[in-house]
Amino acid sequence: MSSIWIVRDYENCSGCRRCELACSMHHEGWMWPEASRIRVFMPFPGVEVPHLCAQCDDYPCVESCPVEALSVDGGTTAVIVDEETCIGCGACAKACPGTVPYLHPRDRKATICDLCGGDPECVKVCREAGYNALRLVHEGMSGHRKLFARNPVDVAKDLAVKFFGEKGEELIV
Amino acid sequence: MTPGGYAGKWLDVDLSKDKIREVEYGDKVLEQYLGGRGLAAKVLWDKVGDKYPELDPLDPKSPLMVYTGPMTGIYPGSRICVSGKSPVSMGTVGSTAATEFANEIKEAGYDGVTFTGKADRPVYLLVTDDGAELMDAGHLWGLDGEKTLIKLNKEVTAELTKRKPNVGLWKDPGMVYIGPAGENMVRNAAVMAKICHACGYGGYGALMGSKNLKAVVAKGRGPLPKVDAPEAAKLLWRRTHQILIGRTAMRRQGTGYAGYSVGAVTSSEPIRNWQEEWHDEKSYGGPMFEHRYWVKKKWADFNCTTNCMKISCIKTGKWKGDITDMPDYELQAYCGTNFGIYDPEANIHLSALADQLGHSGINGPNTAGFAVELHQRDILKDSDFGFKPKWGDPDTFDRIMRMMANREKIGDVLAEGTYRAALKIAEMKGLKPDELLKYAVHVKGIEIGAHGTRSDADYTHDISYAANVQGGDHTSTSVDGYNDMSGAVFTDSAVFCNFTYYGVPQSLVFDFAKAITGFDINLHKWRSETGPRIVTLQRALLMLGGPDLKWTPVKDDDNPPRFYEPLPSGPYKGKTTDRKLVDEKLKAYNETLGWDERGIPTKETLKKLDLGFLEKSVSKLR
Amino acid sequence: MVKPLWIARDPSACSGCRRCELACSMHHEGWMWPEASRIRVFMPFPGLEVPHLCSQCQDYPCVEACPVEALSTDPDYGAVIVDREKCTSCGACIRACPGTVPYLHPGDDKATICDLCGGEPECVEVCTEAGYNALTIVNEGPSVHRKLYSRNPVDTARDLAVNMFGEKGEEVIE
Repeated sequence: MSSIWIVRDYENCSGCRRCELACSMHHEGWMWPEASRIRVFMPFPGVEVPHLCAQCDDYPCVESCPVEALSVDGGTTAVIVDEETCIGCGACAKACPGTVPYLHPRDRKATICDLCGGDPECVKVCREAGYNALRLVHEGMSGHRKLFARNPVDVAKDLAVKFFGEKGEELIV
Repeated sequence: MTPGGYAGKWLDVDLSKDKIREVEYGDKVLEQYLGGRGLAAKVLWDKVGDKYPELDPLDPKSPLMVYTGPMTGIYPGSRICVSGKSPVSMGTVGSTAATEFANEIKEAGYDGVTFTGKADRPVYLLVTDDGAELMDAGHLWGLDGEKTLIKLNKEVTAELTKRKPNVGLWKDPGMVYIGPAGENMVRNAAVMAKICHACGYGGYGALMGSKNLKAVVAKGRGPLPKVDAPEAAKLLWRRTHQILIGRTAMRRQGTGYAGYSVGAVTSSEPIRNWQEEWHDEKSYGGPMFEHRYWVKKKWADFNCTTNCMKISCIKTGKWKGDITDMPDYELQAYCGTNFGIYDPEANIHLSALADQLGHSGINGPNTAGFAVELHQRDILKDSDFGFKPKWGDPDTFDRIMRMMANREKIGDVLAEGTYRAALKIAEMKGLKPDELLKYAVHVKGIEIGAHGTRSDADYTHDISYAANVQGGDHTSTSVDGYNDMSGAVFTDSAVFCNFTYYGVPQSLVFDFAKAITGFDINLHKWRSETGPRIVTLQRALLMLGGPDLKWTPVKDDDNPPRFYEPLPSGPYKGKTTDRKLVDEKLKAYNETLGWDERGIPTKETLKKLDLGFLEKSVSKLR
Repeated sequence: MVKPLWIARDPSACSGCRRCELACSMHHEGWMWPEASRIRVFMPFPGLEVPHLCSQCQDYPCVEACPVEALSTDPDYGAVIVDREKCTSCGACIRACPGTVPYLHPGDDKATICDLCGGEPECVEVCTEAGYNALTIVNEGPSVHRKLYSRNPVDTARDLAVNMFGEKGEEVIE
């Protein structure tokens, strides 16, 4: 499996959350948005921000784990969580510049996108619907990826100004 | 019969006499020089000849060429090439920009226009299927780029509708124009197109200004010129686009993500007039431009699917309404990091301001950064500016760019470009030129593109600029004497975009060139004969120089002094451009091209390349 | 059975690459001829690119207007078909069209209108291929909305300008 990345184009996100449904059906066996590895934030209606691991080139989450529960898939470059080893301390979430990892609502283990082993379900349903907010590209590691590991509210603030002009500055506080 | 891809006629406009003629060039000249950059250098020589060294580029006699090439419009990514004797380098530059003007003029039946003389009032040239005519531009003189474009678009469309009201709606014309910087003959001013596209290098905006020529507008209704092998051309057209469509990163990001990565990764981005080349400012990342400002992310020019362009618009605050493209990497650097600015919004504002004033977004800001470093070094004072300039302060650079365009205060000196400004300020302040030239980041009068050579991690290296016949031009750098021949010299002469060239197999591009023109053209021949012919002609013109400026072989075939200062920060801290490598490669470069050890083409080389007409003048340089 | 067909247009997605013009003219004229393309992209201001083509109004005012019955509608897809032999270049169809879409061909001066390429429009193919989707095929029958797309491209651009640039948009198209 070659290095892949999920391109995210926020303006195209319809907010349908099919990505969350497809992800959780794949990983959890049923629809469970809060256990999806991709989560769509909506600080204001119309400003929907898909939030998922960006696979930073320096993997601060992996570095920060005190028990070495996190590792990098040599093929896809995804972060893999060893749920047996994870102690649910939240160090990875704090280390992530975009606070992407979260503790699973059931077992309180760190939960991070594993790129579905190379064929991400979220991308498939987004493409199928013609939104293309998520697209798969076969591109190598780049310093730009990390810039997408960003608090979704900060992203939404930028988008709001683009969509709504001056009003956008008031909508997200 | 005219070779394929050409309309077959060029306009020759004498602005002093209000005379417009149609001229043709023979097959041999076209096969030898193609069009654009190559043909412009040849036509320039034919018009000026051995008097070249005495010609002031801003004199009415100095010709200005606005040329397409045989591949323009047909090969993806259509562009126009502006050329002539450069008021900054005294050589020639094939300065290109993407614009529908390029295909429109071919559709009107012309491959380009050569201007000489000077109009006695502001004018623009209107080219249509019925020929060309000079139109009054008094009402446009003094307007910024955006207003010029809006007014011209409306009035030309109205005029054409008036002439032929019955044919249906008239589609918008294409145009190139100048802003206030060009009108006021700022030496490194750009010829602008499409609000934010510039023929930036070479200073041809000043040439247009010196001729009272505000714009050139074209609207044609004919087909693109017939080609030699139409069926092959159609297949190649489809194939080339398939390849361009596959370039996902370029299509998604353009070069608008590089303002961060060229600093953070390759450490070759100008910072505060190249005092540093490394930063890790994530606030300046591509997504921070994209999410807030990119209002159109799939933007392309005629016949292009690379869509590297993204329209930025500021929607709130004091710069509300500023519109520009991306900004692309060069302007993220030169209207951003080079001013010590890492704020996307300020960068968009200053880029849009450069566009509207008609500054080249690389060259003008290079001079502005140079001026602020002179202030930092206590050479220029607050009183020279009329205020206290500060790095990182958008208002400082907003004011300096306006002062340059309007030639106010120190702006009048800076309007001469970085190299000449250095000499003038040295004289003003009673200093030796070298005390200022060490801060002037240019090669042969042309300010350097935003790709440093010190880290050696970017695509530009030791002699990329030092040996380049277009000085600091980053789009057309020298490599080893042959490699560069197949790159920009070709795209600037066939006239299409670099970004629809790189990534497409060269064999396919040359097959396409052959299908269009029918010339016996291939990669090997281009690299060994046609490319070297054009570069050798350009080198001769560059070294023949002008009445008040002559470059010294070897001494001036070098990088700016700053590139030999160690990088002060970042992963490549301590590194400089390797002087020994520069000397060695320069020798090899000259030898490969058949130039003597001082870089002057030998008699044999001139003869071999059918450039014998240069021998009389060039012999004086040896 | 022939499926109904319409070219949906999203000018905000148009890149301005004009490959639609090139593909259309290669199909109809044999070579690249943007001014003889049945679809023409207007650009009253850079960034505001508006593909302009027949929208097959339900009541076909152009067909009605033709004094010599040179215009007819294709029974399968509803495209307007021009009989170039009969056309007298009078321009009545152009004036009758609410969007001034037809135009006189730069070569033979005859009225020129999109014929939907007999069901497989070339313009849509290249636009889809490039991922722009400013033009898409929809298998939808006639509707009252179609006529609303038959509009002067400068008016469309004026709306787009405000959508894209906010207040500034009101200034960029005079």
